[in-house]
Amino acid sequence: MRETVISTNQLTKQFGDFIATNKITFEVYKGEIFGFLGANGAGKTTAMRMLCGLSKPSSGHATVAGFDVNTQPEEIKKNIGYMSQKFSLYEDLTITENIEFFGGIYGLTNKQIAEKSKDLIERLGLVKAKDQLVGSLPLGWKQKLSFSIAILHQPKVVFLDEPTGGVDPVTRRQFWDMLYQATENGITVFVTTHYMDEAEYCNRVSIMVDGKIEALDSPDGLKKQFNANSMDEVFYQLARSAKRSDN
Amino acid sequence: MNYAVEVENIRKTYTSEIGTTHALQDISFAVNSGELFGLIGPDGAGKTSLFRILTTVLLADGGKATVNGFDVVNKYREIRSCVGYMPGKFSLYQDLTVEENLNFFATLFGTTLEANYELVKDIYIQIEPFKKRRAGKLSGGMKQKLALCCALIHKPAVLFLDEPTTGVDPVSRKEFWEMLKRLKQQGITILVSTPYMDEATLCDRIALIQHGTILSIDTPQKIIASFPHPLYAIKSPEIYRLLKDIHAYENTLSCYAFGEYLHLIFKEENHNDELLHFLTNKNHEQVVLKPIEASIEDCFIELLK
Repeated sequence: MRETVISTNQLTKQFGDFIATNKITFEVYKGEIFGFLGANGAGKTTAMRMLCGLSKPSSGHATVAGFDVNTQPEEIKKNIGYMSQKFSLYEDLTITENIEFFGGIYGLTNKQIAEKSKDLIERLGLVKAKDQLVGSLPLGWKQKLSFSIAILHQPKVVFLDEPTGGVDPVTRRQFWDMLYQATENGITVFVTTHYMDEAEYCNRVSIMVDGKIEALDSPDGLKKQFNANSMDEVFYQLARSAKRSDN
Repeated sequence: MNYAVEVENIRKTYTSEIGTTHALQDISFAVNSGELFGLIGPDGAGKTSLFRILTTVLLADGGKATVNGFDVVNKYREIRSCVGYMPGKFSLYQDLTVEENLNFFATLFGTTLEANYELVKDIYIQIEPFKKRRAGKLSGGMKQKLALCCALIHKPAVLFLDEPTTGVDPVSRKEFWEMLKRLKQQGITILVSTPYMDEATLCDRIALIQHGTILSIDTPQKIIASFPHPLYAIKSPEIYRLLKDIHAYENTLSCYAFGEYLHLIFKEENHNDELLHFLTNKNHEQVVLKPIEASIEDCFIELLK
């Protein structure tokens, strides 16, 4: 029996008449890369905000890293990592300063921060750049650094919201290597992406349509189920039937 | 001279307290009239700087460029009235309604929505139900369609679209490219930038761009045909371990993840059986190895080496 890191039951968020996330039920297991896909406006961001303890569900339940999203959102925030394409690091702080800042936020001691900072900077090959402002780094480097910082405190699960949007194809692959390494260290990865080749890299994938999870399986399983050659086709079959969309 | 856009040794450098960025390093190319031309490259490649120079909102540090035959410096007024520009960042008036935005841009260009209605009809009918809604309250996809309508309202000769599909889901991206095809059929020259390599094949010609330089420029078919190595796809149930083991194999030139498969280039040909044997010794089962044609993304990766 695999350890469950995220578990939701009929999780729902309603804004007025609009049901952004509609009774979603699923589980994510320890050490897996879980792809959370859906068209723009399908309700992914709303669901992710609830799972990160940032938004209170209208109804339903969920636990993340062993804590209840309804009653223990602050505990959740301490036990997860988060990065997005839009906000990752402070551009006007140096690499070292960003590590210190986020290490502090995550409650690490100064000694832990110093050790982890040195290790991280060496591992990413940023020794020479460590006192440079983050704003001067190429996007790909920022995203790699941002991910490393998001898992600085060894969270049980890390949430990634379109982490590779606009990143060049070589760096995008290096980024995914980092995700695999993180899972080997027992960290669970919950990721959204619009790159369908990246959906193939996930252990399991869910696809949201109009607020509901319409499919959930391994990429191979989904391709068999939908009689499709690629995840792109699977996505297309499901998402084109969407009534509500961002279009 | 039939070029819709001609760029000659354009250079742009930004200097700030953070350092110096060479956004565009002496790049040159030309876009034919009526062409759907793609600038393909990641964030920071220089695509936006180039678009801003061509639409006369930014001055280059060196080089020359013309749009529709007009010089981007001396004839900027002429250019502004004959191009449409949809920046990457939503730039319409958020507190005006859909209808008000359209009327505003139509008035600026001395025209009306009705005058070129045929051109925008397909797109406009999708946003028409929301015409009384403020632009700021529209969803992302609707904003994009409104921005495209506004950029087309004066029937421009050349249309510049800066990353119109970034962050857009695959279904909406397909629909957007369908719209572009229809616009092309109406004779509009289109320059479009995208970080999505799979969209490259939808263009007549593309320039692969990175760090302010053009890596390659041609039709997608010719760029693919010029891929310098035989390319293989390989997979097994344990794909990440497979990747690591193939990297350890002595005759691997390069191997990287590519969707369901890994893509593999050998240092020398005719080592397929040897590799399969090597992998069997590493306890890989159900290994599938097959030759494949390169994609634009493979070409881009090769050019970045």
